[in-house]
Amino acid sequence: MHAVLVMIAQRLALGGLTLFVVSVVIFGATELLPGDLASTLLGQAATPETVAALRRQLGLEDPAPVRYWNWLTGVLQGDFGTSLATRRPIADMLSARLGNTIFLALYAAAIAVPLSLCLGILAALWRNSIFDRVANAGALSAISFPEFFIAYILIFLLAQSGAFPSMVRLSPAMSFGDKLYVTFLPALTLTLVVTAHMMRMTRAAIINLMASPYIEMARLKGLSPLRIVLRHALPNALAPIINVIAINLAYLITGVVVVEVVFVYPGLGQLMVDSVSKRDIAVVQAIALIFASAYVLLNLTADVLSTLTNPRLMRRK
Amino acid sequence: MRYTKPQSGLTRRRLLQGATAATAAGLILPASYRAARAEPQQGGTFRIGLGHGNSTDSYDPGLIDNLYAQVFAAARHNQLIEVDSDGQLIGEIAESWESDDGQTWVFHIRQGVTFHSGKDVTVEDVIASLNHHRGDDATSAIKQFFDPVTEIRADGNSVVITLDAPNGDFAYLMSDYHLAIMPGTDGRIDPSSSDGCGPYVVENFEPGVEATLNRFPDYWKSHRGHFDRVEILAILDSAARLNALMTGQVDLIDQIDPATIDMLEARGVANILSIPGNAHYCFPMDSRASPFSDNNVRLALKYAIDRQQMVDTILGGHGAVSNDNPIGPANRYFYADMEEKTFDPDRARFHLREAGMDSLTVDLHVADAAFSGAVDAGSLFSETAAQAGITLNLIREPNDGYWDNVWMQKPFVASYWGGRAVEDHMFTTGYAAGASWNDSFWEHERFNELLVQARSEVNEDLRREMYQEMQRLVSFEGSVVIPMYNNYVMATATNVATPERVSANWNLDGFRCVERWWFT
Repeated sequence: MHAVLVMIAQRLALGGLTLFVVSVVIFGATELLPGDLASTLLGQAATPETVAALRRQLGLEDPAPVRYWNWLTGVLQGDFGTSLATRRPIADMLSARLGNTIFLALYAAAIAVPLSLCLGILAALWRNSIFDRVANAGALSAISFPEFFIAYILIFLLAQSGAFPSMVRLSPAMSFGDKLYVTFLPALTLTLVVTAHMMRMTRAAIINLMASPYIEMARLKGLSPLRIVLRHALPNALAPIINVIAINLAYLITGVVVVEVVFVYPGLGQLMVDSVSKRDIAVVQAIALIFASAYVLLNLTADVLSTLTNPRLMRRK
Repeated sequence: MRYTKPQSGLTRRRLLQGATAATAAGLILPASYRAARAEPQQGGTFRIGLGHGNSTDSYDPGLIDNLYAQVFAAARHNQLIEVDSDGQLIGEIAESWESDDGQTWVFHIRQGVTFHSGKDVTVEDVIASLNHHRGDDATSAIKQFFDPVTEIRADGNSVVITLDAPNGDFAYLMSDYHLAIMPGTDGRIDPSSSDGCGPYVVENFEPGVEATLNRFPDYWKSHRGHFDRVEILAILDSAARLNALMTGQVDLIDQIDPATIDMLEARGVANILSIPGNAHYCFPMDSRASPFSDNNVRLALKYAIDRQQMVDTILGGHGAVSNDNPIGPANRYFYADMEEKTFDPDRARFHLREAGMDSLTVDLHVADAAFSGAVDAGSLFSETAAQAGITLNLIREPNDGYWDNVWMQKPFVASYWGGRAVEDHMFTTGYAAGASWNDSFWEHERFNELLVQARSEVNEDLRREMYQEMQRLVSFEGSVVIPMYNNYVMATATNVATPERVSANWNLDGFRCVERWWFT
């Protein structure tokens, strides 16, 4: 157990360093983009005098390192600052959208993870059967279509008849059941997008083990194929499966802007895109940190879980 | 691909008439709909889905820059002056106004109007609201309107504005959508406040997502603001907007892809409104840069574009041909009889020879940020220009940063104008020497002379003549190719009623759909 704690501590320290590097890179990249907040906010109406006045008010005249330092000291004290464009506290702007994003990610994961595990295990069990082929072909075609295309197909099939709403409007007063109902289509779209990856990895990891001598032994003992897969193969195949699930969860949090646009879902992705195009650096930085943290934490969780499931890794040293 | 010239019997005027008739036909509605129109009814929640709106939008009236912000502002604010459905000025917070010499303007402030917060609208509030857009520290997009203003002062219940030179159309500028009247404290308004004296009170605003508003019970206009509640949603994806309307999740959408209009009509779940206005799409050329400094080159390009085909394919017929004229058919002094320019490769070649050239190669920078379909319009232009011996290299620019790095930076680009209710407003913003949005950097002595003269001319006929000469100058010597006026195309649920006439001044009934429309 001690080894695991040391690993967690090391990983968290490295994660902190990663976040710092990410924030520098994002800040630098946003600086490299042409134009700044003052000129993009005014758009076609930007005259040199008006831009200069707005820049003065927003404090955009300081050199980039000074602005980065001001931002960093604020964040270290837990203050994400205010959005330059809307002058609202960033923490307020993000909290609702972050909640929405995590809700959708968990919803999609709650469908996708059990579904892909079951499909993967069954496909491994009935390898090369009709079921295996159909499940593979279905999952691969779902992942091959662009997300927005799947979304439009689902809207065409399920929303135009009135069964589900095509546009997601969330309000704090909504009951949990209503929330599940109105976000069903985006969750289903995301499920179709991520299932293939997890299912194929489950299937491959189990099949890989099926050729090992201890599985052959189990088979010679006369165990049923289901028992062999569930009790003997699956526990040893968990490490790669957990890693793939973690990557897909991170994707569900960070990469769903297209689905957000099609279903008008107020998540972090849309906010990130808007903020980048308006050069609202403080908001971009905050969201980038959230996304980077999601990757760091999910990867850490995946590593800890795979270590815990593998006694050989636990007893090393 | 083969292009044919428009038939010789078809004049530009007939084209315009045809377009108007076609539009009118599109607006003919079922009898029940018409009958219901007579009596506006109170009630209902009006849900609007717009293809605009950013998470960076704010309450600041000086930074309003997209249709979402404009409609949201019209729902919560009033201005001094309103442009009615016929393009005429009517008093809003200014009950009436007058000027003897066009230089000193007196606006009489309406009494008994209150803000949502309960405070009365006073002369001081009006002055604070106007001053928000004026002065060195102002960050407003219309700062330049106030450059000629030397003084704004109170006089009893009136606001007196003094200009440095006469301008007969100054009152029109006061109808600009940025000029929201808001409560002032110590001579300043709070631009982060939602308080206004308009028809609806803001309940909640989540930038880039939705705004919800409830009817203001003390609104001073008893005949306006028919909905109990208004919800304005940002739906950026055009397919998502269409779906939302068809599945009854919203009652009004804007920016309909021309390709889908017929299908939407065929389903019978929506009414299409196609309103011709002064808005136009254009290709400005930098008149200082070679080869565009030669007017013959500019004319060659103007004859090398097939305007009718642009209207048919880029606008799907929802628009009209423009004769390189930024003044539209909805303007007072529109010059309808001006000699038309048809697609004429021979004439284009003639002008090239006049410029001493056999062939011409220029780069055209486009992005859909300029207008929806700009990239297609650019390739259509380059196809027709090729027949006149002109090679147009189409350079596709990124949407992001287009207005910073391409527009007014590269010599030949795509752009658009929302159109203006008054000629002077349009010319002063986009064509006067030194104007900050003079995107062709055009300087024409006679034009600039006329522009100043016409402002103070009181004789209506002389004034018309002056504005028509200016339109001719812009069209034949100017440096902007303006192939088409684009209609405002919107779709409503079948139970939404509009007044007999929908304003051609700006989109969505001059942004006022929220206070002028109702449910049957």
